[in-house]
Amino acid sequence: MQRFANPGQFLRLAAVVQPWAAGVGAVATAVGLYFALFLSPADYQQGDTVRIMYVHVPAAWMALSIYLGLAVAAALSLVWKHPLADVAARAMAPIGAAFTALCLITGSLWGQPMWGTWWVWDARLTSVLVLFFLYLGHIALANAFDDADRGARAAAVLALVGVVNLPIIKFSVDWWNTLHQPASVMRLGGPTIHGAMLAPLLLMWAAYMGYFVVVLITRMRTELAERRLRALQLNAEQATRMTASAVEAG
Amino acid sequence: MSAVVALIGRDLRLALRTPGDSATVVAFFVIAVALFPFGVGPEPQLLARIASGVIWVTALLACLLSLDRLFALDFEDGSLDLILLAACPVELTVLAKCAAHWLIAGLPLVITSPLLALVLNLPFDAWPTLLGALALGTPILSLIGAVGAALVLGARRGGVLLPLLVLPLYIPTLILGVAAVEAAASGLSATPHLLLLGALLAFAVPVTAVAGAAALRQAAE
Repeated sequence: MQRFANPGQFLRLAAVVQPWAAGVGAVATAVGLYFALFLSPADYQQGDTVRIMYVHVPAAWMALSIYLGLAVAAALSLVWKHPLADVAARAMAPIGAAFTALCLITGSLWGQPMWGTWWVWDARLTSVLVLFFLYLGHIALANAFDDADRGARAAAVLALVGVVNLPIIKFSVDWWNTLHQPASVMRLGGPTIHGAMLAPLLLMWAAYMGYFVVVLITRMRTELAERRLRALQLNAEQATRMTASAVEAG
Repeated sequence: MSAVVALIGRDLRLALRTPGDSATVVAFFVIAVALFPFGVGPEPQLLARIASGVIWVTALLACLLSLDRLFALDFEDGSLDLILLAACPVELTVLAKCAAHWLIAGLPLVITSPLLALVLNLPFDAWPTLLGALALGTPILSLIGAVGAALVLGARRGGVLLPLLVLPLYIPTLILGVAAVEAAASGLSATPHLLLLGALLAFAVPVTAVAGAAALRQAAE
């Protein structure tokens, strides 16, 4: 881990990993979509609508696991002051927010034909919505300071507080729901998952994972390049000032 | 310990010299609650049904309004640096500031709440539970809010940012607080909800002290 504190090391590894991730992601997308749209059976109750699941469920998995990744990056940043952890956290948050939004939107599109409503204040929906707000808060806080490092560290504290609070929110929302709406929408699981449905689900998850890695590396490289550009510009500015003062003195 | 007492005393003296600030929070609490009958209609049954939720949500927002005073004034005039330099663990400093904030902003809300329960027609049986739940819940709001207030020190548009950071974290307190009052209003035992609220408070004290201290140290760097 400490080895990759050197951005050069990281960039060399990233250059190797990225094409592989892109390849795996592309293949998994193609095969997964074929499985999901053609090979997997339609549900006996939900019909073809069940195919939304293959977009929806992996997005929910990604939303949660990226938040976990964000928290790990935050811990690395706060405890070891790992320079790449800040870059990674900053790069990860918008991707996680996008997957959370995708999960909410596809869930809403699935809910309309199945439950007859776009939105229900069900425990699971509500806790994902809160997760989305946590992502938004993290992004907003990271960008709220003139000093980028201060923003990154403040956002890291928030990410860790959020990860402590996430299970509490989850449980409290579960209790809240059971108090007021006993089991009206807890059909989310549907029928027990069958192998023919599990395979495209896992393939789509691999596709999302490949996409995530590719975009994460691209965003981190961009951030590193931007930092380098800023440093070079600063140096150039300083050099011209020094020559100017030297000319004046001379 | 004497540092903690001194810090609380200082904040209370400062608040007492500008009593308008504390009164404004209470005034907001009352006015915002008074808006609901205009919004949803004045039927007593309807108001009694939504009373607990309205009082809790409004208390949440009133608490949020007063959060920016928690550290921002000390940060601006530089006294925060001196407080952090004092021989008192920063975690204790955070807790002391939270205690002072609760006495200034949270306790007045708890004291005002029976008046609002009266005008919203909340069943009388639920009043002690409402007071108890608010007394347990508003310190949690101060504690979580302190982390948010410390994080946005020095940020651009910190006041707008604060609700975005803090409100999602307030949800468990809101849920448990409302559940306790609703249970009491419908004749059930509110004890489990109050116990959970107490557990949340006990959990929030160490977590927010550590997180708030981390945030304050970064702000002061």
